[in-house]
Amino acid sequence: MKYNKRLTEKIIEYLLFIVAFSALTCVALIVIFLFYEGLPIFEKVGFKEFFFGKYWYPTSDPPAFGIFPLFIGSVLVTILSSLIAVPIGVMTAIYLAELASPIVRKIVKPIIELLAALPSVVIGFFGMVVVAPFLQEYFDLATGLNLFNASLMLAFMSIPTICSISEDAIYGIPTELKEGSFALGATHLQTIIRVIIPASISGISVAITLGMARAIGETMVVLMVAGGAAMIPESIFDPVRPMPASIAAEMAEAPYRSDHYHALFAIGIVLFLFTSAFNLVADYISYKYKEKGSATL
Amino acid sequence: MKQNEIKIKIQNLNFFYGEKQALFDISMDIFKNQVTALIGPSGCGKSTFLRCLNRMNDLIPNSKVEGAVYFDGKNIYDPQVDVVSLRRKVGMVFQKPNPFPKSIFENVAYGLKVQGIKDKYLIEQKVEESLKMAALWDDVKDRLGESAMGLSGGQQQRLCIARAIAVEPEVLLMDEPASALDPIATKKIEELIFELKKNFTIVIVTHNMQQAARISDYTGFFFMGKLIEVDTTETIFTKPGKKETEDYITGRFG
Repeated sequence: MKYNKRLTEKIIEYLLFIVAFSALTCVALIVIFLFYEGLPIFEKVGFKEFFFGKYWYPTSDPPAFGIFPLFIGSVLVTILSSLIAVPIGVMTAIYLAELASPIVRKIVKPIIELLAALPSVVIGFFGMVVVAPFLQEYFDLATGLNLFNASLMLAFMSIPTICSISEDAIYGIPTELKEGSFALGATHLQTIIRVIIPASISGISVAITLGMARAIGETMVVLMVAGGAAMIPESIFDPVRPMPASIAAEMAEAPYRSDHYHALFAIGIVLFLFTSAFNLVADYISYKYKEKGSATL
Repeated sequence: MKQNEIKIKIQNLNFFYGEKQALFDISMDIFKNQVTALIGPSGCGKSTFLRCLNRMNDLIPNSKVEGAVYFDGKNIYDPQVDVVSLRRKVGMVFQKPNPFPKSIFENVAYGLKVQGIKDKYLIEQKVEESLKMAALWDDVKDRLGESAMGLSGGQQQRLCIARAIAVEPEVLLMDEPASALDPIATKKIEELIFELKKNFTIVIVTHNMQQAARISDYTGFFFMGKLIEVDTTETIFTKPGKKETEDYITGRFG
């Protein structure tokens, strides 16, 4: 009996190890493939020219493989969408965790989490047929498909992530900490600003980083509503072409193993490093503030 | 009983968690500059009672209070009473040390800052004074900027006491402040309470009867949400008036 139990445990242990290992191997192989297909472009184009070249004309003769406009497009879309999504997401989280009545919280939180399940193509479609015409008419623009529209739609996408994770962090603050603050004659608002937010800052930061990471890697929305022009924008109403949109739009027409093909994979590498950096930052932040986050003996 | 100035007068206090009544018709007086200990078995309502004195129970949803608590003659459950200013006058130290995840200095300065005090010199002075009073100054004076989470349990609890007295309350409520601490840290807290009663009126909930006997002037015995008996500590521990009290004190139950 005892022997059987131990054997079963061993088998389960090995099974889980194999599953975990094969998942890891697959991911590793994808990364290796990405680098294998992406790196050859640097034999044709220098690093500097690739990263800081201002022109992305992959199909012209001679072609130009400067991803700077694409990179800037991604960065700007991410920053602008964060500027919209972070205040809204975090403030909603504070409201739900601290101020809303239990009934409101019970109803609203699942709805917000459900928003995260909206397929990005639906959000993109909404941006195309509702927001774009509105922007075009209201601001008198050449096109409603632009940096601002894309940022707005990406903000829609990241708000549920930011809000939901921040809310968990704020809600998880030990009651003792709040009571400690109230007992010293602090008002609820003072308690929120001076104790609750600082104590949950690690969770909130992780929420923001994950929300932003989602915006960076998002492809469908930017493909549909960013406008698709590979140029450095001069205003927030200029169309842009973020990196994921370029890959998605061009991969089908790039001849197999051509320079263009390799260049698109190289963009993939940049994107991969970019999102990895974000995840590392999120990990670092949550690690750094972890110990200070709660009251323990 | 010794004749003393009454600081808090509790009259016919009932408390409910939803439908469940936790305190039954409690009346007692708490005297100025004295230590009043509340003893009784777990779940007898002594902590709930303590939390009624600074309206901490307001935070519990669906709770209800009946009766009156007069603080310097004014009923704190009067609708016009400002809870925030009440809590500044009636400080509280909790069972589990609960320092904020901030620096040692910021922890003590917190109560002053939320009052709107901006004068840096004054704050520094008060922080030093409070830490000295809480017998923590020598331990931490060289690392005021470090996180309070790095302190030991006993130091954290003394920090919480320093934090509570920095705002100069008139009454200090202590909810089993030493229950999570080792005997040496407990002794320090007890010595501290003895010092503090010169300046403050102290109400302390304790599980530990020896502790109540050592540090308090008055003792109230709670059982099943009722105040069975309250008298001078000497009377309670030598010739209690009620049989339940005697049974509890002599260790026959609880």
